This record gives sequence, structure tokens and C-alpha cells, in this order.
Amino acid sequence: MTLLSVANLTTTFRTGSGEAAAIENVSFDLNEGEILGIVGESGSGKSVTALTIMGLLPMPPARVVSGTIMFDGRDLTRLSDSAMRRIRGPGIAMVFQEPMTSLNPVFTIGEQIMETIAAHERLPRAAQFAHAVELLDKVGIASAAARMSDYPHQLSGGQRQRVMLAIALSCRPKLLIADEPTTALDVTIQAQILDLIMDLRDETGMAILIITHNMGVIAETADRVLVMYAGRVVEQAPVAALFDQPLHPYTRGLLSCVPTLEQSMPRLRAIPGTLPEPGRRPPGCRFAPRCPLAIPACAAALPPFETHAPGHAAACIRIGA
Amino acid sequence: MADQAATSPTWTTIKRLLHHRLFVVGLALFAIVALAAILAPWIAPLDPNKLAMRARFQPPSANWLFGTDNFGRSLWSRVIWGARLSMMIGASVVVINAVFGTLIGALAGYFRWLDNGVMRVNDALMAFPAVLLAIAVTAVLGPSLGDVIIALGIVYTPRTARIVRASVIVLREMEYVQAAIASGAGHFRILRRHILPNAMAPLIVQLSFLFAVAVLTEATLSFLGVGAVPPTPTWGNIMAEGRQYISDAPWIVAIPGAALMLTVLGLNLLGDGLRDVLDPRLRIQP
Repeated sequence: MTLLSVANLTTTFRTGSGEAAAIENVSFDLNEGEILGIVGESGSGKSVTALTIMGLLPMPPARVVSGTIMFDGRDLTRLSDSAMRRIRGPGIAMVFQEPMTSLNPVFTIGEQIMETIAAHERLPRAAQFAHAVELLDKVGIASAAARMSDYPHQLSGGQRQRVMLAIALSCRPKLLIADEPTTALDVTIQAQILDLIMDLRDETGMAILIITHNMGVIAETADRVLVMYAGRVVEQAPVAALFDQPLHPYTRGLLSCVPTLEQSMPRLRAIPGTLPEPGRRPPGCRFAPRCPLAIPACAAALPPFETHAPGHAAACIRIGA
Repeated sequence: MADQAATSPTWTTIKRLLHHRLFVVGLALFAIVALAAILAPWIAPLDPNKLAMRARFQPPSANWLFGTDNFGRSLWSRVIWGARLSMMIGASVVVINAVFGTLIGALAGYFRWLDNGVMRVNDALMAFPAVLLAIAVTAVLGPSLGDVIIALGIVYTPRTARIVRASVIVLREMEYVQAAIASGAGHFRILRRHILPNAMAPLIVQLSFLFAVAVLTEATLSFLGVGAVPPTPTWGNIMAEGRQYISDAPWIVAIPGAALMLTVLGLNLLGDGLRDVLDPRLRIQP
């Protein structure tokens, strides 16, 4: 069943030189219990998509120009501030990229978890404490009861991200948005946190939107993938299909940037050029100036987002060329 | 939990402060003045306004510890009762500043739409020289103890508000504030739990300097005759009255002057120590 349905979402930012669209016409669905990955370079609009869903963008300068975000039967773009606040936590929770600064340095982690519990549920203090210990245990913090009185500076980065997950889980959210949850962590810890996120999905049945620029993270966790480039969705596919048969030249470029062990190559193939700024995007396909397959028609008009296989769609007129 | 006491930030801060030598000196100086103020009725039982015309201009001696003034009043009593007044005014101004400065600064820093309006009024108040503004306020309200406190509160609250606002603007963008919003916290909770506790360090430092500045300004005002009305003894008006006898009876001016200097010095050392320990990057011009 569809839990989150984003349709034609466009968010702009007011800048010195007028309104710049950070994301344009973004559409996707997320089912209950599903993990959807959004992948793209810095500036592709993946974080703006997440923050728009959470209603966490400062408005102004940001503005949702068009589109709907249907979550649990309600359009989040039309909710009042206080109604949105009640969605955050029990409806949608979020973990951020930087676990070192995501916890308040002056309170113990126990206090911070219990605070979130108390904000959404009336429970006696002893029950709050027990629930918090249970959550810490669930996210794999050893001797959880003893760690409750630790301050954030006493924990490692991986432990802090576990605590952040415990806080996010404390209200039993239906949807968890993880914005680059492992980017700031060591590689070995990354794998542990990703495993944990998948375990938690299996256990709680919540849907997860995972945002990353790391193809490895996508391959490991996601069920379906959305590839974003310069504020637009360029390809959407089940994870296996994306890695086996990437359709969009940008996706292929991203995948060939990843080193593999199977074939040896002298150098990794980087995509030439850089992401265009929001104000200076080309009129046609955004990727055309960097695309090895581009023809004049690419720069003339935006390519339609077409389905090429069940569940597999891409926005490119050169597919099969 | 014993473990918590050993590692809690408050406890480590206290331990580090006690290892800071100048902080301890400042604390001792301040404690002496504060104790003298609190214990005034017991250590200076002689009425500070009791005249003894036969004992005019007595230099400090075993009989008259700090000597006497032109009316033969005991300077020991007058300086100690003056300390009581200075401490009371200093403490009241600090409390007023802590409450209103934090309130105004936090609201202006957190709600951006309030910022411009509130801070322009703030800037306008800060543009006046402190003593001049204080004289203007007491001129309107009348020179009494309560009015001096209100005047100094009005004069110095904008500075505190500015410091709190600066901290709040930085803290508002911290990831843990974002994380708190993302888990459904409201404005009030975010300010109270996530922003203000983290803005405390620079505020505490500022308030310790402010205490010194308030004591000094109060002395200036009463020296100029716009503070508490004579014969209420204040360090400022003792010095003002003793000024004309400075060549014959220098102790009348020197003793309250020294008391004022040591109090301000003590509070500044205290503030420096707090600043070094709480936030080494912070540099405040008092």
C-alpha cells in the first residue's frame, strides 16, 4: 500500500538573481515497508526533496511552487505548522548526516531520548526510562542502561548515529528519512549502521527513504532507486534493474565511477564537467552538456520521463542509441 | 549514580575553575566584599550616619578602623554599608539583565521576523553613553535606589540581549536543533531545551563583567549626585563628600575608592576565569 506519494513537486529558492528551482516536477511513490534510495551528486536536489517532505526548509527563501505530498491520506504541503509538527516524529522521523553535531551536547543521551518519548506520549518517568533503554538496546548499544547517563561527547560517531536512530524510532514512525546516514562514518561502521537500518525496517515495518551519493549504499539497502540530476528525476528503477541495465547515460556514468574488483581498469571513468547551477541550467536535457551521447535534439526540449520496462523509467531520448 | 557526578559537565567545569589561579583570586576578592555586605549589621554595628562632631577627621586607627569623615561618621560603617548597597544594586541589575536580556535576545535571534525591529531599538539604546542614559532615566524617575536599579537595567539590558541573540543565531542552525524539529518539537521546547542551555556560557561570562560595570556606574552616578540620596552611604557619595578634604584627610576618598577598585578587579578576574574555562574562543569587551 502506498504510504507516501509525491507528485510534481517543485521547490524554489529566492536568490539574488530571482527564483531558482532546487527541484522540479519530482514524483515518486513509496510503499509501506519499502526502502527507496535517492541517489545523486551534491546539488542534485536529493536533500531538498527530503527537507520539503519534512517541511524543514526555511520559508522564505524556499517556496513549494507546485505539487502534492500525500502522506497517510493527507497533503503535507497544505498542513499548518502545528499539524505538521504532529506529523514529525510519529509520522515521519529523520536522521541526519552528521552524528557528531546532531545531539545536544549539554544533555545526556538518556535525557534526549526520553524527551522525544515524552513529547509524543504521556508516560510515567520510569516507563520512559525503560522504553529508552529498550530503544538503545534495539539499536545495538551495549549495556544500554549504563549508557543512558553518558553525554554525547563520550560516544563514538557510530554510537551517536545509533542514538539518533533510537530517537527517531522512539515515536514509532511510519516513515524514516535517512539523509546521508553513513557519510560521516568509517567504512566498517557504515556497514553496521546500514544493516541496523534494514533490521529495523524488517522489525517495525516502517518505510525508509534513504538519501545518498554512494552507489554502494544503494546496492546494499534499497528496494527501489530514484536517480536525480540537477533537480530532476532522471531514472527510477528496482535496484537490480538499475545496476544490471542502467538506462540513462547519467546513471551509467555514476556506475562507471564506482571501482569494481571484477575488471581491472587503468583509471576510473569520471563524468566530465560539473553540475549546472540552478539559475544556469540548459533549456533541454540538463545532462546534455556532459553527456557522451548527446545530439542537438537533446538540448532543444526536456526529454519525457518514459517507462521502458515494468517499474523502470528514465528521461532520455537516446535510450537504445 | 556516582559515575554521573564525576563526568557531568557542571562538575568538570567547577574543577577546572578552581584550578584557574586568577579566577580563585577574583572569587576571593568578590567573596570578601559580598560577605562584608551580607554581614554588615554584625561587623559594622555602629550606625553609618551617627555623627560624632568631636571625632571629625580621625585617621585610621585602632579606635576608628577606617577613620572618620568631616562629620565624625565612622568610615568603616559607611564603607561596609556602602558595599551592601553596591552589591544589592549589582545583583539586581544582573538579575534584570539575565531575565530581560535573555528573553529579548532569544526571541530576536530565534524568530527572524522580530529581529530587525527589536535589534534597532536595542542599537538605539546602545548608542547612548551609559552614564548619560542612566542620568537621563534617573532624571525622569527620580533619584532613589529602585530607580537607579531600573536605570542601570535599561542601560545594560541591550548589551546582554545582543550577546544572547548572537549565540542563538548560531545555535538555531545546529543540527541537533534540526533534529529536534524533525522529531516534532515546538518552538518553546527548542528554545528552552536545545538553544538556551547552550547559550549559557557566554551569558554567564557577560553577567560577571556586567556586575562590575553596574557597581562602577552606580558609584559614578552617586558621585555625580544622581544616585541614592545622601545620607544613605554609597561609595560614590562618600568619595564625592570627601573630595574637598582630599589633601587633609585623603583616607575618606582612598578607602571607598580602594573598595570599589578591588570589587571591580575581583569581578573582572572572575569573568576572565569563567571565559577561559567556559569558552576559550570568546573575547568580550566589557
